[in-house]
Amino acid sequence: MTELSMTVNGKTVTGKAEGRTLLVTFLREELKLTGTHVGCDTSQCGACQVHVNGQPVKSCTMFAAEAEGADVRTIEGMANADGSLSVIQQAFQDHHGLQCGFCTPGMVMTTAALLKENPKPTEAEVREYLEGNICRCTGYHNIVKSIMAASGQDVSAIAAE
Amino acid sequence: MHNFDFVKPGSVAEAAEALKAEDAMALGGGQTLIPTMKARLNAPSALVSLSGMAEMVGVSGSDPVVIGGATTHGQVAAEAGYPALAALAGQIGDPAVRSRGTIGGSLANNDPAACYPAAALASGAVIKTDRREIVADDFFVGMFETALEEGEIITSVSFPVPAKANYQKFLQPASRFALVGVFVAQFDSGVRVAVTGASEEGVHRWSAAEEALSANFSAEALEGLSVASDGLMSDLHGSAEYRAHLVKVMTGRAVRAAG
Ligand code: FES
Ligand code: FES
Repeated sequence: MTELSMTVNGKTVTGKAEGRTLLVTFLREELKLTGTHVGCDTSQCGACQVHVNGQPVKSCTMFAAEAEGADVRTIEGMANADGSLSVIQQAFQDHHGLQCGFCTPGMVMTTAALLKENPKPTEAEVREYLEGNICRCTGYHNIVKSIMAASGQDVSAIAAE
Repeated sequence: MHNFDFVKPGSVAEAAEALKAEDAMALGGGQTLIPTMKARLNAPSALVSLSGMAEMVGVSGSDPVVIGGATTHGQVAAEAGYPALAALAGQIGDPAVRSRGTIGGSLANNDPAACYPAAALASGAVIKTDRREIVADDFFVGMFETALEEGEIITSVSFPVPAKANYQKFLQPASRFALVGVFVAQFDSGVRVAVTGASEEGVHRWSAAEEALSANFSAEALEGLSVASDGLMSDLHGSAEYRAHLVKVMTGRAVRAAG
């Protein structure tokens, strides 16, 4: 076991990890930040997505030791400072972008990464960016709609409620 | 996953030293290695991380375009002044995979369906290691096999920039690897065509197409050619015959898209 130190959601944290400890395991079991989910553990589903130094990353496919000294953001760090939902989170609620909610942490983190890179994406660009995020419930339609709405675009023409 | 010692060297020389340990392996972005370790197909005694060395990260130059071995697909997609190569990098995996996966890792692994080997071979890239320089024609030896020796590290890859180039990938939708991918590069000296995803030997050049396209750079020049299915991969995603057909179709598309 070695001691790791990194910044998670703006706070400096330390914890113990083995070489093989995955970042998602470190977040969930050592830091007790269980908002980051494990859907597949095989790099497919994106439920475990977090940001490492501003980049979207599948935390089930990165060793915790690789995040030593890094700036990590998880779903727990996405709400506004006063605890209210961020624009992205609110859009998911408003447009029924989740059902069971299992994929949602990853969807929100992916959305944040997309909108940073491309603040006004087209529907096709949104769908392409979601390549690595799987949802078992929604059929994606309302997720795409939520993301378009979060980017400030008019979504009244995108399919039915 | 079996446990291992995690080593994070600060320089290529230190990394090379650490890789001398028995059963030590280099860790690039881990996007292939970590899943194989979870499946216990790999159980290194130590992993030597190549991600912490500034000397191995970055994109520079305009011709050749030189890419550090530990540069991520995302960075190549955003920064490489070689449009066909940047487009190829931007289509690997998904955005999160592109934030971690590296060009050195992809080339060293030489997955028979990976995208980067096609770009390197078609462009006539030079792979620079901590020991020597290897031209792409000598680098790719077979499926998951390269000319790299034990513990040898890809420090950078140098890509000559063709006059025209394009990569067309027929996506295997579950893995996002190429079911068949073709990279076409037109240089003053001739055309090079590299095919990935098709052969049991991994990436290879299609010399009949190179000849035809060097004489006449148009999709029509391919009309009389056919690809034999001998030695091509056959699996639940596509038979050898299907892949053989796709090689020609994707080559034609690449030539058209290259303009
Ligand atoms: S749990 Fe990481 S991609 Fe599914
Ligand atoms: S809302 Fe249930 S998996 Fe997406």
